[in-house]
Amino acid sequence: MFKQSKIVSALAVAGVTLFGAQAAYAQIVKIDGSSTVYPITEAVAEEFQKAKKNSIKVTVGISGTGGGFKKFCRDETDLQNASRPITAKEMADCKAAGVDYVEMPVAYDALTVVINPKNTFLKQATVEELKKLWEPAAQGTVMKWSQVNPAWPDAPVKLFGAGADSGTFEYFTEAIVGKAKSSRGDYTASEDDNVLVQGVSRDVNAIGYFGYAYYAENMARLKGLPIVNPKTGKAVEPSGANVENGTYVPLSRPIFVYVKAKSLQKPEIREFVEFYMKNADKLIREVKYVPLPKAAYEGNIKHAKDGKIGTVFGGKNEVGITVEEIMKREAKM
Amino acid sequence: MQKSMTTEQIRALIARGKLKDRIFQALGIVCLALGLLVITLLVGDMLIRGLERLNLDFFTNFASRRAAQSGILSAWVGTILVMFVTALAAVPLGVAAGIYLEEYAKRNWITEIIEINITNLAAVPSIVYGLLALGIFVYTFGFGQSILSAGLTLALLILPIVIVSTREAIRAIPAMIREGSMAVGATRWQTCRYHIIPYAMPGILTGVIIGLARAIGETAPIITIGALTFIAFLPPAPFTVTGADGISAGLFDWVMSPFTVMPIQIFNWTSRPDPAFEINAAAAGFVLMAMVLSMNAVAIYLRYKMRKNIKW
Repeated sequence: MFKQSKIVSALAVAGVTLFGAQAAYAQIVKIDGSSTVYPITEAVAEEFQKAKKNSIKVTVGISGTGGGFKKFCRDETDLQNASRPITAKEMADCKAAGVDYVEMPVAYDALTVVINPKNTFLKQATVEELKKLWEPAAQGTVMKWSQVNPAWPDAPVKLFGAGADSGTFEYFTEAIVGKAKSSRGDYTASEDDNVLVQGVSRDVNAIGYFGYAYYAENMARLKGLPIVNPKTGKAVEPSGANVENGTYVPLSRPIFVYVKAKSLQKPEIREFVEFYMKNADKLIREVKYVPLPKAAYEGNIKHAKDGKIGTVFGGKNEVGITVEEIMKREAKM
Repeated sequence: MQKSMTTEQIRALIARGKLKDRIFQALGIVCLALGLLVITLLVGDMLIRGLERLNLDFFTNFASRRAAQSGILSAWVGTILVMFVTALAAVPLGVAAGIYLEEYAKRNWITEIIEINITNLAAVPSIVYGLLALGIFVYTFGFGQSILSAGLTLALLILPIVIVSTREAIRAIPAMIREGSMAVGATRWQTCRYHIIPYAMPGILTGVIIGLARAIGETAPIITIGALTFIAFLPPAPFTVTGADGISAGLFDWVMSPFTVMPIQIFNWTSRPDPAFEINAAAAGFVLMAMVLSMNAVAIYLRYKMRKNIKW
């Protein structure tokens, strides 16, 4: 009997310590969401913790933009990494849970169309040519380069692209085919971009697309295909400079961080957001993304201070929107 | 057999038999060698590719965006803590359930249904356990995305393995032990306590470690319940001051801490743009392999030690 009561009291103590524990974790900045934005936020989190000597803790998860918004709108995270603007459905979810947010564009992500370095006939491509190659109607019919452009050789096309669940796939199809998630299915699809890098680097007739960072890290094995700007008619190479000056369209897009308004009242979150925006330019270049103009980051800090909540997209994604346009709309908000 | 065989015929028959024996033996060795070769190649390949990262810093550094400075501190600590919770939950539950089914339960259709279900549970894909745990542990019980949730999830996952191996270990004990104990007047519990459990221990232990070795490599259920990718701090050690608030952590605070585990760290590194992270992934893969192999080694050693002490 004596033994038993000792066990019971030990369990009781354990239980109390266990559930009293949550209060001790007030100073954690919780972030989740897109894998595209992840490298940037991770770099900021790493530097922030170093600068604060680990007194404020930051966690970053990868649930994808959609999965992350589910948690964000359930009031579970403080910041949300998003490779596209919030959708109408997610806006409704957030509203239902009473979650207000500040929308902050943080960088440009450029999709890069890549070919094998030994490919000699492809110097540039237009959106129409890419559409011919990737639209659903091409499935099983457009199998050779010459079918897209008679000037190109009579050789088989090997296609590599993003898997259907990724934001990259969504954006590429929207920008090239004209409708999100509308693509041919007979290509090598992978969520792991390194698989695509290897595929294209091994086949001279291959063509593929993925985020710019993967191209930037693997330039020795790949060739970035210049895309003809539909407005100017000039072929533009995928490069940081061309994304920054706004000529690399339509395959570049802004990516975002959403900050919960309620969290912004906590000093550690305010500090983190400020640190993010002040160091964004340097850290974003380091992880091979393209930073926004300085004014955009200053704007973000100001919006956090003023508590400017909401989105400028109204629940819709837009191809080819520039950060200048976003800032103009924010000013009117 | 033929009625009469000459000595020659008998010799030929024996020779044929021996030849088949040798062929089968050779085949067996080839199969074994193939298996060993594949695992040696895998481990060796990971070791060679990851060798340049395998130093003390790799174990004491947190993950970083720079491959060369990136380490597995939060991952290996997370893995060990999660395994600890898993063992703590699965072993008592699984062993008790196994003993009950073997020693106490009446043989009727209810027991049979339970038995079939336990065997089937062992075949349920791990992601299903993850979804179940997300609903029950993370939200209903409010454990959140913590080491506790992860440990309990993996405990569920290995529970069938523990139960089945406990039962098999008990069944291997000769009936005379049980009968002898009962004959001198021991109750059922005394029989279990002083005979069945000690004698079944080596077998139970093997089952537990095989279960844990399966759990250690699981990624899907852990991702489902929300393990993190970037986490550059450790769960609070008992009675230390962690936050800026100056309040020291309780004995069990660490179980509620956010965490990451080795397989997730490896997965994250393999999907990075910078090819330098592949070295990290290989090195971490090797460490994980070493963890699993050393767990198995401990199991074998303990089994050997315990068997030596059993005197029937």
